[in-house]
Amino acid sequence: MRVTIENLDAHRGGRRIVTDVSIAVPSGTVLGLLGPNGSGKSTLLRAVSGIDAPSAGTVRYDETPMTALTRRQLAQRVAVMAQEHSEEFEIPVLELVLLGRIPHGRGFGRDSESDIALACDALARVGAGHLVNRSFSALSGGERQRVLFARALAQDTPVLVLDEPTNHLDIAHQLELLDLIRASDRTVLIALHDLNLAARSCDAIGVLHDGHLVAHGTPEHILDTDLIRSVFRVESTVVSHPDTRQPHFLFDSRSPQPAGRAQVHPLDSVQEGTTTR
Amino acid sequence: MTSVNHRSPDPGSLRPDPTRSRPGTEGNPAETGPNPPEPPRRLRRRGALAVRILVPTLTLSLLAVIVVSASIGTIGVPLVDSLKIIVGHLVPGMPWMSDGSLSSVQDNAVWQFRLPRSVLAALTGAALALAGALMQAVVHNSLAEPYILGVSAGAGVGAVSFIVLGIGLSSLGIGASAFIGAVIATAAVYVLARKGGRIAPQRLILAGVALGSLFSAITSYLTISTDAQNVYSIMFFLLGSVSAATMHHLILPAIALFAVGLFTALRARALNALLVGDEAASSLGINVKRLRSGILVAAALLTGSVVAVSGGIGFVGLIIPHIARIIVGSDHRKMLPVALLAGAVFLTTCDLLARTLSAPSEIPLGVLTALVGAPFFLWLLRRDRADSVGVGR
Repeated sequence: MRVTIENLDAHRGGRRIVTDVSIAVPSGTVLGLLGPNGSGKSTLLRAVSGIDAPSAGTVRYDETPMTALTRRQLAQRVAVMAQEHSEEFEIPVLELVLLGRIPHGRGFGRDSESDIALACDALARVGAGHLVNRSFSALSGGERQRVLFARALAQDTPVLVLDEPTNHLDIAHQLELLDLIRASDRTVLIALHDLNLAARSCDAIGVLHDGHLVAHGTPEHILDTDLIRSVFRVESTVVSHPDTRQPHFLFDSRSPQPAGRAQVHPLDSVQEGTTTR
Repeated sequence: MTSVNHRSPDPGSLRPDPTRSRPGTEGNPAETGPNPPEPPRRLRRRGALAVRILVPTLTLSLLAVIVVSASIGTIGVPLVDSLKIIVGHLVPGMPWMSDGSLSSVQDNAVWQFRLPRSVLAALTGAALALAGALMQAVVHNSLAEPYILGVSAGAGVGAVSFIVLGIGLSSLGIGASAFIGAVIATAAVYVLARKGGRIAPQRLILAGVALGSLFSAITSYLTISTDAQNVYSIMFFLLGSVSAATMHHLILPAIALFAVGLFTALRARALNALLVGDEAASSLGINVKRLRSGILVAAALLTGSVVAVSGGIGFVGLIIPHIARIIVGSDHRKMLPVALLAGAVFLTTCDLLARTLSAPSEIPLGVLTALVGAPFFLWLLRRDRADSVGVGR
């Protein structure tokens, strides 16, 4: 399923965080969103997945605008793995993953055998099959991430929206998760922090800076030391992998702050609508 | 370099160890393959068994307590006879109703006095437990219960004003003004907790606590400034009692309980999603704002309808849902029916004790629920099982 974002503005807490972003994600491809903290990645993903309504612009799934879909219809198209999780009441891992079947079921309905099989399959696929009887709050950070990803998989949607799913994961599980995402044949929008991981795993990269989309294209075309300097304010060196010839970035030091912007937090300049590139 | 070649399988690339993960090129593991996997054999669905045993057990206990309740009192009625009287009134044409084997005094005691109050106790317990469970789920706070909304305090102001202003002591009048007070309190809390079209759970709790204190202060002032003869009636209402129950009193709580029960049954799965947070629920296709408002209004109506007839019976709405959660887990499809039945059994039993322990005088029901409930709840809290449902955090 193709996801098309057009001229999207999104506010959060009364501030405009995302400004005029247009981006298209072809069916079955992985779009990685990169950008410093506070650059608007989460806000953009929230708007795309319908958690917060965008303040302007449109999001379309194939040809259907998001506004024409009910919450339930939207949940049958997009599964979200967010950073937030409430813990006031305890929930076993299996029940948590089964929540992903809600958009496909009825109100009071029992979980069907196929729902349970799908949930167990999703858990097994993320390497968390052994956690099925555990309590979610007793899990480590990395185990939680995998269980939450299993829930997104169990929701069985053509589109996945993942907000920093590799947080807390060790390197093996990071690679495993990204390989799973790639192999799933779904349309994926994923916020990441690791540039090399993004370059390795994404079909396309969108770079956000101060709420603006400042670069969009294949990793090889857009990721370079100039971009990293202007967006992240970090000096870097690019090296080529000895076997794959794939470019890798080594991060050297913070860039010297240019005068006038030295103390300005990226969020503070959103209102002026400054672009860096 | 082309744009995709670095993703092809290559032993030298950053691929994870193939023995411990599935590389992305091994077909399509994200779709259910030709052989959908079997769920693990030793899959433990917490509470499934408990529910299958608990629901029938609780239902039978409820019926048993009601029949026992009908037999005990100043006019002794054998268990079999009270069962006969109850069945005889419900099913027309029973032979024993007309053959003179049962005295009209016994019939009166069972059908006119004892049964209505037991049934009202059951309805009240069920309604308060359900209302508490619903509020805890929608405001993400395990301290939430009907009384935190200030609903009972509002009902108290209504009832006490009616008594103090000297309009009379008719129980119907007290009930009606208590209900109006409960509705006004609910509306006030709701309006105060709303901001920008949504109800913030924490603000709702704080507004409820603040308004509750305000209403209690008004009630105290009215109580202290009225004639001494009214004080007993006031205390009787504030401490809660089902002793004045007649069949008429059952209608409103029964309708409210049935309607709200049906309303929540259809939303049990959505309530489960709400347990993991508003955003997660929202991304699972649930209209969180509408669900929360609907459930809160339902819980308030439920509380108002029982507080109006039974007065201020505390504690049931707080402890019964927690007990249900400790036994069967947080899944509302299991927990709500268990909480509802347990609330009914608990309060019916308390009412039986309230009128027998120190007969012929009566212990106020609200006093007894706390006396019986608090130690049991504290004992349950200290067990490991409580920690496993998140009580220990």
